[in-house]
Amino acid sequence: MLTFRELEFKMAKSSTSDAQALFRSLRSAYAATPTNLKIIDLYVVYAITTAVIQVVYMGIVGSFPFNSFLAGVLSCVGTAVLAVCLRIQVNKENKEFKDLPPERAFADFVLCNLVLHLVVINFLG
Amino acid sequence: MGAKAAENGAKSSSSAPSPPPLKAFFRLKTKQQELLIRVASLALIYVLAFAVRLFSVLRYESMIHEFDPYFNYRTTLFLTRNGFYEFWNWFDSESWYPLGRIIGGTLYPGLMVTAALIYRLLRFLTFAVHIREVCVLTAPFFASNTTIVAYFFGKEIWDSGAGLVAAALIAICPGYISRSVAGSYDNEGVAIFALLFTFYLFVKAVNTGSLAWALASAFGYFYMVSAWGGYVFIINLIPLYVLVLLVTGRYSMRLYVAYNCMYILGMLLAMQIRFVGFQHVQSGEHMAAMGVFFLLQVFYFLDWVKYMLNDKQLFQSFLRITLTFAISVGALALGIGTASGYISPWTGRFYSLLDPTYAKDHIPIIASVSEHQPTAWSSFMFDFHILLFLFPAGLYFCFKRLSDATIFIVMYGLTSMYFAGVMVRLILVAAPAVCLISAIAISATVKNLTSLIRTKGKAPLAVSGKGSSSLKASAKASADQSLPFQHNCAIALLVGAFYLLSRYAIHCTWVTSEAYSSPSIVLAARGAHGGRVIFDDYREAYYWLRQNTPADAKVMSWWDYGYQITAMGNRTVIVDNNTWNNTHIATVGRAMSSYEPEAYEIMQSLDVDYVLVVFGGLTGYSSDDINKFLWMVRIGGGVFPVIKEPDYLVNGEYRVDKGAAPKMLNCLMYKLAYYRFGEMTTEYGKPTGYDRARGVEIGNKDIKLEYLEEAFTTSNWIIRIYKVKPPKNRW
Repeated sequence: MLTFRELEFKMAKSSTSDAQALFRSLRSAYAATPTNLKIIDLYVVYAITTAVIQVVYMGIVGSFPFNSFLAGVLSCVGTAVLAVCLRIQVNKENKEFKDLPPERAFADFVLCNLVLHLVVINFLG
Repeated sequence: MGAKAAENGAKSSSSAPSPPPLKAFFRLKTKQQELLIRVASLALIYVLAFAVRLFSVLRYESMIHEFDPYFNYRTTLFLTRNGFYEFWNWFDSESWYPLGRIIGGTLYPGLMVTAALIYRLLRFLTFAVHIREVCVLTAPFFASNTTIVAYFFGKEIWDSGAGLVAAALIAICPGYISRSVAGSYDNEGVAIFALLFTFYLFVKAVNTGSLAWALASAFGYFYMVSAWGGYVFIINLIPLYVLVLLVTGRYSMRLYVAYNCMYILGMLLAMQIRFVGFQHVQSGEHMAAMGVFFLLQVFYFLDWVKYMLNDKQLFQSFLRITLTFAISVGALALGIGTASGYISPWTGRFYSLLDPTYAKDHIPIIASVSEHQPTAWSSFMFDFHILLFLFPAGLYFCFKRLSDATIFIVMYGLTSMYFAGVMVRLILVAAPAVCLISAIAISATVKNLTSLIRTKGKAPLAVSGKGSSSLKASAKASADQSLPFQHNCAIALLVGAFYLLSRYAIHCTWVTSEAYSSPSIVLAARGAHGGRVIFDDYREAYYWLRQNTPADAKVMSWWDYGYQITAMGNRTVIVDNNTWNNTHIATVGRAMSSYEPEAYEIMQSLDVDYVLVVFGGLTGYSSDDINKFLWMVRIGGGVFPVIKEPDYLVNGEYRVDKGAAPKMLNCLMYKLAYYRFGEMTTEYGKPTGYDRARGVEIGNKDIKLEYLEEAFTTSNWIIRIYKVKPPKNRW
């Protein structure tokens, strides 16, 4: 019979080992994704990081031209979201989009980004 | 050789003259016939939707109706004369004296810009139209466009047959006609088109998963935001729909693409409208969309991790961690935002939709508008007719064949019907949903019935677009075990359906002609010998103001008439229909309900030169200021406790005859309305001073005015204008 302390220790150890197993298995699964999808993922991470930096800056400096802040953050979030949509449409494992040629997906992506950035430039003020 | 070929050629060309149109029709293939019938039907429906809204133009003249459209007309006029930059930055000092109004930042520009663009286009094509004609006919034009959108939407949800029926139903649906007749130059005329268009584009985006359609729906949403404050319905219905799809397990990658693109781009575009401003990130009414946005990110992220891990055990632990983290962060953010007041709570206008009793107690201005009252069953029947019982039938069909699109239309129908029950005005928003769902019921029923008839091998009926390819198998099976009277029953039911639809058409035309085609600014009645009598008092009074008062005169009236006075009378007003400043309106209400000396003080403080009062006692016109007076008391009393409503009532009853309360008999409104009325004989056999609108003889016949003098009374005493005398000279 385990004492309470030993049980606690065992649970903590199992949860950390759980987390490690999770991390390792995620890493190995992710390594299997094709390169073009990894590039898109990198772009998404970059966009989100830029958004976070802007939010932190706003927290420090204050939100005065609120439209500028919103324009900046929404342009990052928007382009990240559009990139995720592109990834979904280009990913060969998605059966729903197997009839969609990747050129069409990329063209849609470019068009939406164009509209997004035009509106952002108008909103920057 | 060559001669023979030429001869043959000549013979063949001479032996095939162009057949008459009917024969040519039957020579086309079935698909082409069907296309021709569909296009012809749509063209006729388009013209019908435009034509049925022209009653008032044909009966009276091409003029703008009601109150709000006059403001829209004035701003459109300003836009065409001074250009977009001046319009966008316009500060108007002619209304809400002495405060003024930032018109550029407090209106929805969609309608004005649309009308101005149509005007420019017509002028470019050298049609020398006046902007008023364009304004009067904008709403019917967009109603016709709505029928086309309804066709495509019905096609997306069910099939092209349902689309055609939907287009036909919405072309004449009285619920929609009421706010889109020719002359009703109001936001709803354009907004319903934008609403249906946005919904159609979004459903198309969810069905195809294409970024291009989602982008189009974002633009549709932008147009809707620029056109009407009711865009809040879209920004709450679509997240609710996404939530329902997630909960019922119908989520797919297409949903993610459609919603995210539409939300981000739509939100950014919507924030370009000054009136909307930052509400999409700061107002409680828009938080549902943001909440669902974050929920989608978390949901699909978890879905992706689950797919990658392929291991249930590990995923469960990961799920637990992420979910607790996400929920706690979300709840914390929402809590802090609401508590600190950064996220503003639901505004009164929309909160009163969720809690219908809220407005009566807290915001009398919203409660006083007649369009904001709860709907009676008779209004539903009046505005929808047979669609009312076809709506549940359509719901049944939608549930039988559930798909992403039918779930959407069911949700749209149910939510809009709930809101239509809360407020009469919102029957308009429910009309497209009711038409679409009823169209599904009609189309599916007629399709089944005609397939029953066709299985008997009769000559094929030329039905439009209702192919029975999928039903052929079941029809064959039923033909083997057909009931004896099945064929006759089907024909009887078809005749019944035809009868119902024709009654609907008759009802809609009658309703449009009788109830919804009155300009409100020109009144008509039947004279003693049956001839039509026109009362044009409103315009008479406004033109008197325009021509006989100094250019900087300020006019005090109740807020209903503000827009009309500025647009037609071209004079500065104290309060108008925008009702953005409750205290200012309460000041006017207080002035109208006080005794003359106190009212004179208030009028001096506001620099009032003229007072305008609407009075229906001579003609029996019941929408006059005496009938609206209690609302003036309530609104005034809401801000100034010195005005108490019981002072004006006798035993809780509102009276104007001898038994009326003394404060009522001597207040400014009573005096101005009934000045010199005590000498008038209005009806044969009744005493002088008989008020035909209230049906009593007035109590105070000998009215003397100390601080005002009568300036003008129109020919039927409907509008009375008084001049405020300057203060007496001091010794």
